[in-house]
Amino acid sequence: MTVRIILKRLLFLVLVIWAASTIVFFVPRLSPRSAIRERFAELARTGGFSSGDMEKLIASMEQQFGLDKPLLDQYFQYLNNVIHLDFGYSLSKYPATVTQLIAQALPWSIGLLLVTTILSFAIGTVLGAIAAWPRAPGWLRSIATPFILLTGVPPVIMGILLVFFIGFRLKWLPLGGAYSVGTVPTFSWAFSLDLMRHQILPALSLILGSVGGWVLSMRGMGVTIQGEDYVNFAEHKGLTGRRIFRDYYLRNALLPQATALALALGTVVTSAIIVEGLFGLPGVGTLLNLAIRANDFPVIYGVVLFITIAVATLMTVLEFIYPLLDPRIRNQ
Amino acid sequence: MASIVLTAEQRVEQPGKLTLLLRYLRRNKGLAIGLFILLCLALFTLVGMALINPKHAYPLSAPLKQAPSLKYPFGTDFFGRNLLAAMVVGMWQTALIGLLAGGIGTLIGVVLGFTSAYFGGWIDSAIRTICQILTPIPVLLIQVVIAGSLDKRDVTILTMSFIVVLLAWMGPTLVIRAQVLTMKERQFVAVAKLSGMSDFGIIFKEILPNLLPFIAAAFVGQVFAAVFASFYLAVLGLGPLREPLLGNIIWAAQSQGAFFNGWWWWPLEPAFAMILILGSLALVNMGLDELANPRVRRTE
Repeated sequence: MTVRIILKRLLFLVLVIWAASTIVFFVPRLSPRSAIRERFAELARTGGFSSGDMEKLIASMEQQFGLDKPLLDQYFQYLNNVIHLDFGYSLSKYPATVTQLIAQALPWSIGLLLVTTILSFAIGTVLGAIAAWPRAPGWLRSIATPFILLTGVPPVIMGILLVFFIGFRLKWLPLGGAYSVGTVPTFSWAFSLDLMRHQILPALSLILGSVGGWVLSMRGMGVTIQGEDYVNFAEHKGLTGRRIFRDYYLRNALLPQATALALALGTVVTSAIIVEGLFGLPGVGTLLNLAIRANDFPVIYGVVLFITIAVATLMTVLEFIYPLLDPRIRNQ
Repeated sequence: MASIVLTAEQRVEQPGKLTLLLRYLRRNKGLAIGLFILLCLALFTLVGMALINPKHAYPLSAPLKQAPSLKYPFGTDFFGRNLLAAMVVGMWQTALIGLLAGGIGTLIGVVLGFTSAYFGGWIDSAIRTICQILTPIPVLLIQVVIAGSLDKRDVTILTMSFIVVLLAWMGPTLVIRAQVLTMKERQFVAVAKLSGMSDFGIIFKEILPNLLPFIAAAFVGQVFAAVFASFYLAVLGLGPLREPLLGNIIWAAQSQGAFFNGWWWWPLEPAFAMILILGSLALVNMGLDELANPRVRRTE
């Protein structure tokens, strides 16, 4: 990869982040809603403020948040903050900053995402390859079909169904939450087990919803590879089926699959966020969910921007990794 | 070699268009099943709209928290909505959002895709760059920002579809652009050009008819994306909260702890309805892809 390509990709990444930040900056300012005003109206309803004090307080708050400056100044200040991953203060949990809240929630989300993405990618790729493999026995090839049918089902709905049948009817697993009510997080064996039990249903709903996509794309790849000369050559050389499957088939189809992984990243992250909210796991999704319910705008915008930046950066990193996987690109 | 003369009696009988369509559907089972489910859903909605009173889909129109029974086949919820009526109206609204957003999105995609591919140059690179910059941004999150910034009273079925479409035209634009680019190089276009046909004539008479399967596939994909996106927004509580949109019903059930309280039918019904809608759309989409792309067509 030449320096020029690397620079081009990095410039592109900066453009994506800039575009997202600009949208998130200007959309709320086009709207008649004022986050601070709504917050204080809510506080006033629950008691404690007389209207005269409130106007003064709002004015001083607006000054503190820099909302009294010209729009362009605010915009550049904001871009500068975004570069430093500073998304301001939470309104409902003031004086906690949005960055602090995200940092607390992040390990939960990353854990769930990593496990589910790797598992569904691996299961889907192998199942898809088998489904396109003419020498595989019929029953093995048909295993993939139910997963393909599940692609139309959003993970949230999968979650609702799993909660109903496994959590509510069979009572095998808990209905939601990160750990049982009343337990105190410790590093004990019992607590870890409890923690794991609470993660199974959310993970399962994400995996079941996304395996089908990988099966489909892998099956498509497998069908195209079958006609290739090198596969015919390997067959005439008398290599074993298993060897052809592993070294000629899987290996050559993996790269497009990795590309698809980068493209699917955005959807995967979004689904995970909503499933997290559904199960009430303390990750970024629940943070967003609660912020929407509490009209905590800085948290909503902060979470959205943070995820956008993370997804765009990861995609760029993946693009840098491809050449390591594929010699064909390396030599270009 | 003796030439074969076909007499009138020997000529192969050309089957009617409908038989051809049915024959094709028998081969393309996914498309057939998807279309069948969609037809059933449309029937359910239309018959339902004729038979039920839409007012019953709103709060306090029925006794609260009734399990499904003869009087209320789908039960009622915490707020006293008759869920059968809510399903019918919700399905209707979902269809409306899907068709509106899908239609506008596809239209934008076709116009931009054609402009980009046909005229090329800086227009092409501008459109392509904008698409490339917007694509990596998780669309739903930006939709969350837009929907969240709106006044709750301003969020209606109509605004929902516009929010969805605002960031969903990049896909069809790129697909149509790629197809037009390949069409442009084909011989029939060159022949049309040599025969002195105008640019618009070539676009509308030569290229567009050949693109119809792709446009249809893009449209269904767009409807799917719109239904999906509006459902997600509603589940997050960003939809028009008073309306019985399917995602809203799930959101409400979730905030009232429906499963914890044993009101299992409340979130399950919209969930199953959503599976039928999205599942059938996905099947139709895959079927159309097969129709448009002979390369993925199964050899049977």
